[in-house]
Amino acid sequence: MKYAEILHRCFRCGYCKLPGNYVDFNCPAYAAFRFETYSPGGRMWLLRAWLDHRLEPSRRFQEILFSCTACGNCVEQCALTKIKDELLLAFTAGKAELVDAGKVPPAVGDCLTKLQKYGNPYGISRKKRADWTAAAVELFSDQEFLFFPGDVGAFDSRGREIARSVATLLTRLGVSFGILGEREVSDGNEAHAMGESELFRLLAAENIEQFNERGVKKIIALSPHGYNALKNEYPALGGAYQVFHYSQILAAHAGRLSVKDNPGKARVTYHDPCYLGRHNREYGAARKVLAALPGVEVREMDRCRQDALCCGGGGGNLFSGILANGPESPARNRVAEALETGAAILAVSCPGCAVMLEDAVKSSNLDQRLQIKEISEIVNERLDGRN
Amino acid sequence: MDNISEVLAEIVGPEYVSDFPEEKYIYSMDPGTMPACEPDIVVMPGSTEEVQKIVQAANARRVPLVPLGAGLVLSGLSRALKGGIVLDMKRMNRIVEINEVSRYALVEAGTSQGMLQAHLKKHFPNLKHSVPDAPPAATIAGNVSIHGSGHMSHAAGFHSDMLNGLEVVLPTGEVVRIGSCAVSPYWFARAPLPDLAGLFLGWAGTTGVITKLAIKLYPNYPLNDVGVFVCEDASLMPDILYRITGTQVAEDVTAWMTPKPDWAAGFLHCNVNYGAQTKNELIWKRNLIRAAVENYIDDKTGGFLPLPGMMKQRFLEAPNRQLAQFADVRKGGGFEYVGAIMPAELFPEAYELGLDIAQKLAVSYSMGCRIIGVNHSMMFYYAYAFNRADPDDVARAQGALEETNKRVLALGGVPWKAEAPAQREILHKMDPNMVEMMRRVRSVLDPNGIMNPGNWEGI
Repeated sequence: MKYAEILHRCFRCGYCKLPGNYVDFNCPAYAAFRFETYSPGGRMWLLRAWLDHRLEPSRRFQEILFSCTACGNCVEQCALTKIKDELLLAFTAGKAELVDAGKVPPAVGDCLTKLQKYGNPYGISRKKRADWTAAAVELFSDQEFLFFPGDVGAFDSRGREIARSVATLLTRLGVSFGILGEREVSDGNEAHAMGESELFRLLAAENIEQFNERGVKKIIALSPHGYNALKNEYPALGGAYQVFHYSQILAAHAGRLSVKDNPGKARVTYHDPCYLGRHNREYGAARKVLAALPGVEVREMDRCRQDALCCGGGGGNLFSGILANGPESPARNRVAEALETGAAILAVSCPGCAVMLEDAVKSSNLDQRLQIKEISEIVNERLDGRN
Repeated sequence: MDNISEVLAEIVGPEYVSDFPEEKYIYSMDPGTMPACEPDIVVMPGSTEEVQKIVQAANARRVPLVPLGAGLVLSGLSRALKGGIVLDMKRMNRIVEINEVSRYALVEAGTSQGMLQAHLKKHFPNLKHSVPDAPPAATIAGNVSIHGSGHMSHAAGFHSDMLNGLEVVLPTGEVVRIGSCAVSPYWFARAPLPDLAGLFLGWAGTTGVITKLAIKLYPNYPLNDVGVFVCEDASLMPDILYRITGTQVAEDVTAWMTPKPDWAAGFLHCNVNYGAQTKNELIWKRNLIRAAVENYIDDKTGGFLPLPGMMKQRFLEAPNRQLAQFADVRKGGGFEYVGAIMPAELFPEAYELGLDIAQKLAVSYSMGCRIIGVNHSMMFYYAYAFNRADPDDVARAQGALEETNKRVLALGGVPWKAEAPAQREILHKMDPNMVEMMRRVRSVLDPNGIMNPGNWEGI
């Protein structure tokens, strides 16, 4: 197994379980299950024990490995500077070993099969990939940007609303963009995080071929997960583009938004998505957009920016659901934290986070107290007709 | 154990009980060198009532019960030496009350040092608690119950000295409150009542399960500074420590000696941490400390290190996350840690002892001490790094640990948070009447011998 040589070097000091300010647990799987096995250190030692034939790759073992959301909190907080950057790589390598051995939780296997068969984890025909669009969105030809909605934006009902909202706002701002439509396949970020590197390569190669055929130079990703794969993983496979997350494009236009005279007041807190924040160090863009909106007061949660708690959807967990249920689920934990700020709106910039957090609001019966809104939705509500 | 597994699941919910091989494996050991001992079940209670029911169930079936905090003691005190149930307390992590005026915090036993630190910083920035050098995941109850020490220990003693009161579930299932909380809604002190808290401090979880505790809080100064006094002669250290602590202006006085980095090798460093409300007060304290050791500065046998800003910041950080990096010295994720409580005048001998063992057994070491009270005692530590993937290296660290314990005892010190073999060494040296009294106390409190059996036994 790759990175096997670092597994025993973990001291299990537990910094990885916490945010930098120690305010609460911040490893989503550990916070949800509370057994030491689900902590990053526990995973390291379990992997070592498996490689040493002291443990079998049982269903429990698989669930522990795949409950990792790849959120990167452990990398951020690990006290061992010489191995910290390889922690997630080691977990992904462990998952890859399980994938190769055919020892994965059924929901993970199902997700990977659908990715392979349909090019998306929903198992929906790729012909429906452009069904999210409002009528005005054009196919990519010679526009400045390719807009890449990703799987959640293309297929999930809430994700589609967000994709439409972002596309509408980009249009209102005069951004020139087109889409690939049914030529697009999954960005592969989740396959990669679930250890299916070969599947990731196949998906990426298909997208890269389409991008290159059409002369794509600049890409706007809807999902931070897609943004991460396109920006950081595709170049090694021959796909080097200028990649932006849509919040970065909105931030560039923040000073030119023409807002209604009396848009009303709103108290908002912002949830940093892991693949935008910890993985790509983008903490300012969404905040810049929100700060440009008159009447919007932003209140930060204790766990924000590099200390943000993951919604529990990363690493394929949005589709496998390993972390989705229970009173201690990261998403329920997160909406409770958002409420503590006094905010009535929890703003997100990731369709996956929106899905996870909205489910948590419903299961916590907080619908009347907290709304999940994606940042373009908040902006669209407040723009006057001049944009 | 099938029957008790179902009973436990009914008490806490099935999601918080495990007899899966994965949990049994991870909970069989801590990061130190003690051999693995698998529990039969791991359970995570969420309230005192649940702990009570678990203890009653275990006692009725005579099943061993091992309370666990963060599992960072490094001496294997939370291993299930005789199987049974490991009681992971970390779900019980509510901060129940902060009494700002009487300066105490009432917390559940699974509350971590970091969580209380963060809570105080946010809601009571003028207060702090004494933070140990353990990582922030360490629990407050765990550290108090092993007589830990920390960043207020020069000013206020062992962490067990900072304890105001306890709620404990006895091995027979009764819930007992100890201290002022036994007769008052306030958890302000253990005095003036008969002090029963000692029945649960230093006993390695063999007398009951702590479920809540109140600890003292202290003013959190807005201005803080540290001076690092350096000399090369260990025989001078008792006098240097005596003089510095005699000023009574510091909060924390610690010494450290390490062969790495190179610039530190061969020197004895003494960190003096102090705080103040105003700049003038800070300068006054700095001058007092300096004046206390001026003779050594004048004759050039010692002096204060000029500290770059970053280094000063690191020395002021509590806890200092760099300490965990010692585990990676041998690229092996391990260090063993012998703390010995001893009189401060034994510093030179304690230091020589550590050097001798490290040289003899070829182990990577770090040594130091924390002064407890006004030089009333010191916790002298010997940390030996090891590579857990190399059995020979683990054995070497274990050997160093054993020899250090023996020689510390011979010197007149007492190993701290002693692992089971060291507990036996201590018992052999202990006044036989104290040994007998410990046995009697335990048999009264725990007639069925369910609490962490294998600890404080063996003679």
